Amino acid sequence: VDVAFSVNGREVVRDLEPQELLLDALRDSLGLTGAKRSCDVQVCGACTVLVDGLPVSSCCYLAADAHGKAVTTIEGLAERPEFARLEEVFTRHAALQCGFCTPGMLLTVSALLEQGDLVDEAAIKHELAGNLCRCTGYRGILEAVAELATA
Amino acid sequence: MTTTVPETRSQIGRSHPRRDAREKLRGEAQFVGDMVVPRMLHGKVLRSPIAHGRIVSIDTSAALEVPGVVCVLTGSDLHDIDPYYGHSIKDRPIIAIDKVRFHGEQVAAVAAETPAAAAAAVDLIEVEYDELPVVANVADATGPGATLVTDRESKPGLFHGLGEIPPRDGNICYRYRIDRGELESVFARAEIVVEGEYTFPSVYQYAMETHTVIAQVEGDEITLWATCQHPFLVRAEIADLFGVPIANVRIQVPYLGGGFGSKSYTKMEPLTVALARKAGRPVRIQNRVGESMVTTRRHNMTCRMRTAATSDGRLLARDVECLFDTGAYADNGPRVVATAGDAAPGPYRWAAYRVHAACVYTNLAPAGSYRAFGATHLQWIGESQVDEVARRAGLDPLDVRRDNLCTPGEEVRAGGKPLDADLIGDVAKVAARVGWGEEKGPLVGRGVSVGLLAAGAHPVSSAICRLEADGRVVVLVSTTEMGQGPRTAFAQIAAEEIGVEPDRVTVRGADTRFSPYDRSTGASRSTTIAGLAVQRAAADIRGQLEAIAGTPDIGPDDHLELMRKHFGFAGGELIGRGEVAPVGTGSYAEGPVFWEVCVGAAEVEVDPETGFVKVRRTATAADVGRAINPQLVERQDEGATLQGIGNALFEEMVYEDGLLLNDTLLDYRIPSFEDLPGEMTCVIVENGDGPGPYGAKGCGEGALAAVPAAIVNALADAGVPMTELPLTPERVWRRIQQLKEEGTWQQ
Repeated sequence: VDVAFSVNGREVVRDLEPQELLLDALRDSLGLTGAKRSCDVQVCGACTVLVDGLPVSSCCYLAADAHGKAVTTIEGLAERPEFARLEEVFTRHAALQCGFCTPGMLLTVSALLEQGDLVDEAAIKHELAGNLCRCTGYRGILEAVAELATA
Repeated sequence: MTTTVPETRSQIGRSHPRRDAREKLRGEAQFVGDMVVPRMLHGKVLRSPIAHGRIVSIDTSAALEVPGVVCVLTGSDLHDIDPYYGHSIKDRPIIAIDKVRFHGEQVAAVAAETPAAAAAAVDLIEVEYDELPVVANVADATGPGATLVTDRESKPGLFHGLGEIPPRDGNICYRYRIDRGELESVFARAEIVVEGEYTFPSVYQYAMETHTVIAQVEGDEITLWATCQHPFLVRAEIADLFGVPIANVRIQVPYLGGGFGSKSYTKMEPLTVALARKAGRPVRIQNRVGESMVTTRRHNMTCRMRTAATSDGRLLARDVECLFDTGAYADNGPRVVATAGDAAPGPYRWAAYRVHAACVYTNLAPAGSYRAFGATHLQWIGESQVDEVARRAGLDPLDVRRDNLCTPGEEVRAGGKPLDADLIGDVAKVAARVGWGEEKGPLVGRGVSVGLLAAGAHPVSSAICRLEADGRVVVLVSTTEMGQGPRTAFAQIAAEEIGVEPDRVTVRGADTRFSPYDRSTGASRSTTIAGLAVQRAAADIRGQLEAIAGTPDIGPDDHLELMRKHFGFAGGELIGRGEVAPVGTGSYAEGPVFWEVCVGAAEVEVDPETGFVKVRRTATAADVGRAINPQLVERQDEGATLQGIGNALFEEMVYEDGLLLNDTLLDYRIPSFEDLPGEMTCVIVENGDGPGPYGAKGCGEGALAAVPAAIVNALADAGVPMTELPLTPERVWRRIQQLKEEGTWQQ
């Protein structure tokens, strides 16, 4: 099927298999490898991208369902002016280790910041529970996000 | 008691930002799964649906008809080589030959133009099995008339590092024994004897990046891009298997998406090479989570332990028998068992102890390394018995530890390295952080735990520093960057020695063709051993600069002028070399390189209605000798703490008759943000007592042994003593019902 969607602000049309996942379309057809494959069952959050500004697990989202919508990946987020602050705060708190969960984590955080959902520590923990990180023990990320949310 | 190091070094002890932060935050960091090699095919593996059986036939004809399929590999393709490998015992075929021995074993592999074609072809392969009796656990495996998992003779692997590997004894592939003192007579006169039977579950490491390998075979040249922690050991095993010179095998390791031991030693590399060899083109195999779970896991274990003490709480003797379930192939089981054996007594002044540990084959997936192996298995058991001694003697558990723990310089293993840490100081520090001795409500408990982990592995590492003609420094060192931060720590070390700012230093990863030898990335060894090699390589550069200048009094701005003076033009480079080789033989018996400290404390609250255990506070001691980068040290301990909470409370691979029942993250739960304790403290202890650069020693594993043990002790303090992990709500609730029936429920 022909799928026309916007990826990081650029219009894209691709002839994709109907069952093709958004994650595979981004990684294989478009060369955007920032979204990572891990659990395949919408648990870990490593494949998170934004569709019309909302985080989705691209491992369980059909590429065809993105037709007419705007997809943002980490490569797109990194081009935005507000990314500089995310980058600075995450770096200062050492809120990353291996970096495999990091793109998905940042996309979720950016969407939640936009929505103003991160009102306190309990809210941050609850809202980010869908993004796993096996390395950091979360504390550095929590500190970074708390700082971003109160700024 | 504690001595602090009053160093005023400029780069050491500073929390420089991670050098890889920008790449990783922007999604630019490359992992093996992000890489594409020209003409690359996609591999997919057919895995056994049964735990034990004879392969009667494999029909690949329909699979080969799928458009885009290039070839199918089976065990019958490997007649030109000896297809068995294993760094400790060569017991594992590259792909199943005649038999399958665990649920998930590789039976066939397809190489195709697309992942979809490979997956479709795998579904069309017909395999007929003749099922065999399943050896489902260590009791089955060691009972009379047990079915043998393997009938091969034990052939030692290239890197077992355990002296002589004895012949296989039934299903037991390795034993580790220590007998010290007159055990039975000490037990006979003891006033307090604590004893119990315990079980530890099978656990999945869950590196978020699954095992992924790209292999390319051209004549007798083999090139790999692989998720491996130990590229040089894998290189040697691949060369050995495929009969090519070591230097003809090139392994490149980009960033790893976590390791935790799951990517140590050889994993998916031999199969990927064999498939690429048959296909005649490069092939990538990328595991799914369910496949990585059965590629390696943490050993499940059963243990009987008893501890003898006097009525006033003096520890006398300990007796440990444990059976480690290594699954169908040994993998790193023998080393895990030896390390567990060393951890089993605990660092106390015993009059006698006995450890009998065995590594047992079963029809489960092979088990190998996972962060703090051995110590995690046994510390919670030994430390719960120390607490029980305290309870019966009417003493504070902290006082029992203060009175019985070894002190620096004392023997902790006969013939091995004496204690090189202040454990009594460490445990006091963490206890204070969870409110030790303060008032607490009912259903709240506090616990501490102390242990040691033999760390460092075999101490062979090397590094090269290149001072380039633009004044920048490149460090070549083969440590794998899997999140723990060696590239940042090494940049600080090189900068310190050469006298430049760390941002002028770039640290590259492993490419075995160009980066120098490093034994492995694991056993908390990199900062200590590879870091020492980097320090020496950088000091070599500094020495050359000073020789050219004729004075030690040079600053970073002088480097370019000195190089121009030396080379006579604007080019050239200074090359520094650093090497670490063993003192003595480097053998395990003389080791370890250092004892990694496993000290922690926890405060928990239990809900008796549901059995749910909430971790309110944790504290761990990062006894690192010298913290090169304190922030990264803290982050290591925090990560290990969360893994420890998962291991203690809910992580378990559930097997039934050899079949794995929970092979996705839907039913295997990993700790999330919501499992973060209310307070999580890491106390950095810097006594300058490590063998690494500036007195440093490794960290990052100890907390994973210490935290589950502290949680178990805290839960017992809250009234619920447990002998089985994980501490799921159901288990805890059942235990509380049992205590109520016995009339011993205190709340």
